[in-house]
Amino acid sequence: MPRSPDAASERPAIEVIGLAKRYGGTVAVDGLDLRVRRGETLALLGPNGAGKTTTVECCEGYRIPDAGTVRVLGLDPRRDATALRPRVGLMLQEGGVYPVARPAEVVRLFASFYADPLDPDALLERVGLDGARRTRFRDLSGGQKQRLSLALALVGRPEVVFLDEPTAGLDPAARHRTWEHLRELRTDGVTVVLTTHLLDEAEELADRVAIIDHGRLIALGTPDELTHGDRGELTFTARPGLDTVDLGAAVGVQVIEVRGGHYVVHAPNDPALVARLATWLAHHDVRLGELQAGKRSLEQVFLGLTDDAPAADPAHPDAPADPDAPADPSAPDGLRASDEVGA
Amino acid sequence: MTAEVAPPARPTPYARAVLAQARMEAKLLVRSAESLVVTLGIPLGVLVFFSSVDVLPTGDERAVEFLVPGVLAISVAATGLVAVAIQTAFERKYGVLKRLGGTPLPRWGFLTAKGLAVAAILTVQSALVVGVAALFLDWRPAGGVLALPLGVALGAVTFTAIGLLLAGSLRAEGTLAVSNALFLVLLLVSGVVFDAAALPPAVAVVGQALPVGALGEVLRVGAAGQGIAGGAVGVLAGWGIVAILIAARTFRWEP
Repeated sequence: MPRSPDAASERPAIEVIGLAKRYGGTVAVDGLDLRVRRGETLALLGPNGAGKTTTVECCEGYRIPDAGTVRVLGLDPRRDATALRPRVGLMLQEGGVYPVARPAEVVRLFASFYADPLDPDALLERVGLDGARRTRFRDLSGGQKQRLSLALALVGRPEVVFLDEPTAGLDPAARHRTWEHLRELRTDGVTVVLTTHLLDEAEELADRVAIIDHGRLIALGTPDELTHGDRGELTFTARPGLDTVDLGAAVGVQVIEVRGGHYVVHAPNDPALVARLATWLAHHDVRLGELQAGKRSLEQVFLGLTDDAPAADPAHPDAPADPDAPADPSAPDGLRASDEVGA
Repeated sequence: MTAEVAPPARPTPYARAVLAQARMEAKLLVRSAESLVVTLGIPLGVLVFFSSVDVLPTGDERAVEFLVPGVLAISVAATGLVAVAIQTAFERKYGVLKRLGGTPLPRWGFLTAKGLAVAAILTVQSALVVGVAALFLDWRPAGGVLALPLGVALGAVTFTAIGLLLAGSLRAEGTLAVSNALFLVLLLVSGVVFDAAALPPAVAVVGQALPVGALGEVLRVGAAGQGIAGGAVGVLAGWGIVAILIAARTFRWEP
């Protein structure tokens, strides 16, 4: 296969253009465009049924797109499968291993499919399966199964890796171990595409995050870009029922009480703004609960963009309807990102 | 990022891959105790029991003369039809086939490996059957040095194709039930453990047209030193070709 070094470095590792796929009457992917640079780690983030797995399986050659093109390392995943498979590693969402086979056997088997594989024993140790190398697959814990799948994805020294929910079912320690492993892949220049619905995972690992919903790409950027953007806002908690009109006039921008005691100031983080807010609170003898400024958490971005956002507070039906709307600040606090001031 | 260099060509080591896969397949076929009962237990049990206890209508032949070819046919059906079907069906159910599809091991490599594994198991099985018959039951075939192995090989292809046909189209549980039921029915109507003359004539005709009966006939004629049973070979090969053609169209690799 003739490939010039220059062409190789210019072409994205993965190129998805206008991808569409439906199953019966259900649209899974609806005109998706995506480019993944060489050596980049991209997280596909989205609620269940958003089209993440279908997108990845089109890239892996398991699904035939209804429309659009998919290229991985410049190759067609189905037509050029013979050339592509030795260079791609993948992790399916579940299983894929003989129930009565043992990890050591399976890793050795997969190693024999590749010209220049990793050392199976070292790899098993690396993913923390050293103690379970002779346990039948069906007797492994969920986390051990996941780690074996990861080992199988990596044993052939792939250039591109697709990982479908690589940390599902892992306990926190195992998750961090997997994260560490994935960070090393990035260091080694391996292109990684991972699907997840864990926001902290995306923020922790990805160079860029692609948020998918209803089969469409609805946001794409580095975690920083997505969380900063130009949609800065200040959220704080205090006693309910503050006079937001008066406060808004004092600080110079609109203030909304999204729920009892939870307030959002729609303006980029700015020291003068914080000072005016503090002055007004002091004046009215209001004790500050929590103050969060600057960047929004990825979670807030995600919830603001996807349909999974919690229903709008009936008291403020217009509040979270548009993408700029604040997410519920009391939402799960997986990754409260920034300058947080406790009271 | 540093300038990238085109990666060296890393051609898939096909021979190594297929052999490793075949070794795995054979290991798993042997590892499952249930499948061992079917592939080794039933044929040897039938052979020893019915050779020692004279209850079978085997015509004027000695029971063992009649039984060895029949038991070989049973072994082939047990491994090709039952064991391969069930193992492959569950591989499909558990996503093993799908996962292997994502590796450089091509489908022809996978099927070759399965064939090699079946061949290895059948070699052991046949050696055991023939060995037990010759050593303990005083079996002295009149011929068949060539006809027996060729018959077993042709039968292996046919029954493995039928097994894969089931595994690739039915659910795993369905395959389990159907392959076992089919095995039992084929065993009973095919006249491999007793003389087909003891069956109602209509059943006997049907039995001879089914692959187990045809294989039994090929092996019996071969062992008796009467050459190749052309009609039975045709029936057996016909079943194999039909099964392969249908399996090639209907086999689903995904769960």
